[in-house]
Amino acid sequence: MSWFKRKKKGVTTDSREKKEIPEGLWYQCPECKNVMSHEQHSDNNWTCTQCDYHEKIGSLEYFSILFDDNAFTEVASHLISGDPLQFVDTKNYKDRIRTTIAKTGLKDAVRVARGKVDGVESVIACMDFAFIGGSMGSVVGEKFAKGVDEAIANGLPFICISKSGGARMMEAGFSLMQMAKTSAKLTRLAEAGLPYVSILTDPTTGGVTASFAMLGDINIAEPKALIGFAGPRVVKETIGKDLPDGFQSAEFVLEHGFLDYIVARKDLKTRLAMSLRLMLKDQLVQN
Amino acid sequence: MNYLEFEAPLKELNEQIEKLRESEKKAGVDVSNAINDLQKTLLKKTEEIYNNLDPWQKVQVSRHPDRPYTLQYIEHLTQGQFVELHGDRTVKDDKAMVGGFGMIDGRSIMFIGQQKGNTTKLRQYRNFGMANPEGYRKALRLMKLAEKFNKPIVTFIDTPGAFPGLEAEERGQGEAIARNLYEMMKLRVPVICIIIGEGASGGALGIGIGDRVMMLENTWYSVISPESCSSILWRTWDQKVTASKALKLTAEDMLGNGLIDGIIKEPIGGAHANPTEMFETVKREIKQQLDVLDKLDPAKRCDQRIDKFCAMGVVVES
Ligand SMILES: [Zn+2]
Repeated sequence: MSWFKRKKKGVTTDSREKKEIPEGLWYQCPECKNVMSHEQHSDNNWTCTQCDYHEKIGSLEYFSILFDDNAFTEVASHLISGDPLQFVDTKNYKDRIRTTIAKTGLKDAVRVARGKVDGVESVIACMDFAFIGGSMGSVVGEKFAKGVDEAIANGLPFICISKSGGARMMEAGFSLMQMAKTSAKLTRLAEAGLPYVSILTDPTTGGVTASFAMLGDINIAEPKALIGFAGPRVVKETIGKDLPDGFQSAEFVLEHGFLDYIVARKDLKTRLAMSLRLMLKDQLVQN
Repeated sequence: MNYLEFEAPLKELNEQIEKLRESEKKAGVDVSNAINDLQKTLLKKTEEIYNNLDPWQKVQVSRHPDRPYTLQYIEHLTQGQFVELHGDRTVKDDKAMVGGFGMIDGRSIMFIGQQKGNTTKLRQYRNFGMANPEGYRKALRLMKLAEKFNKPIVTFIDTPGAFPGLEAEERGQGEAIARNLYEMMKLRVPVICIIIGEGASGGALGIGIGDRVMMLENTWYSVISPESCSSILWRTWDQKVTASKALKLTAEDMLGNGLIDGIIKEPIGGAHANPTEMFETVKREIKQQLDVLDKLDPAKRCDQRIDKFCAMGVVVES
């Protein structure tokens, strides 16, 4: 049945494909199997109209949800990986980058943009899982750094939406040091007295969790997002038992004290903007 | 003595020398000339092998069971003037992460490092050098203590990774490492980090933010072990040798890529062949680096540390 063909491909992560869907194609929720039109699904912030399942989405969708009138200016949008190690596994890393760029229309696993969130001018970095599993290499680190610079230069809050399997192995040592680089940059943002909000979405694991994703002045997550350092498969192998229900879910991580709150995607923009206003300098209203 | 596969010729020569010594004892014949010759051959062979180690062989040397571990370094460097400190003041004392104040030639230094064990029992006790979140928090607590009393910090890195257990996740392994990266950037005292064995991923980096990051000659430092890299990228465990080359994880590669600040030479045949010489070299290096770092203003030292890490990465304009 060709109706459901798109389901396997990850639905909304591919922005170029999305624009081409003719009306009348359907989305089926992988959780409750409820069927809705793509229009209904996107109107509902890409969550299920029946069970609230939060489909994985990318920067294109998050920017449209968060920025007022979907208006924003991209920062450092032209950067791509330099393949510093000339890495070859079963494929050439250079070729992998080239084909991924062609397939996704993205340059790497993060996009950074400046715009207004419910009136609050902000810089948002948003990761794209569609790009090699949202893995962090030099480009992610550099764009994150440029985003923080933009925030500092203009006195704006910085927000990062994480969605990543962790390090980009093909950049090995360089990838590892992006954990240090992003953390270093956040000390500069803190010196400037500007807020950093980390939004953890499904999934956030590995080196991203062990660096900027856990360093928010406020850490927020989407419902049921998988959040952890080691992936569940590795933990399961380590302990040699099945994992308890809900292990490493956003709810579990909140309960253990590493998140400030969980927010449904439909409320993300208003809660985020309110949180930012509460941390930014007071703008007293004169009567 | 434990021998690695590629050390087989050395094992053979050592055994020959041993045999000659025994026959000398038993028969009372003077074979010192023959022994001398063999020892010369042994030295030459050791140099030959150790000057030509490939990345995978270096990974093996870094894990050599006779290789000195963190506490041995601290004991020899401080000549017993060391007070080990315990606990993260929150949940427990992590045996895979050790630390405390120690004295080198009249100077007090905070030493911190992952600790491995050299017997089956001790390996388990030390959790194979894989720290839990409380290990990273203990390390940070000790660093803050050093900062309070204006003492420099030296970390010894030797870990196959942060522990990927269930309780480690519950107690926030990711947050613990992240917090250390962030806080270490801001420490107002000199920080020297030395990779003495395995430098695996975030678990190593969690105590690896320093003004000087140095690797011993036969160690490795990367985002993942060659074995795990092989299993993920090649979907088989058989490509670890290929992976060890591809990852550019040797001291030479890491220095060449500007990701570390220096290499510390090991004795001929590796750190385990002559631990005393290794300790002396490390001690000299620490003292030299501290002499330089001491002269910098604390704020400037922090700035340079932060800027150094911010400059890491290779990107191109499309
Ligand atoms: Zn549903």
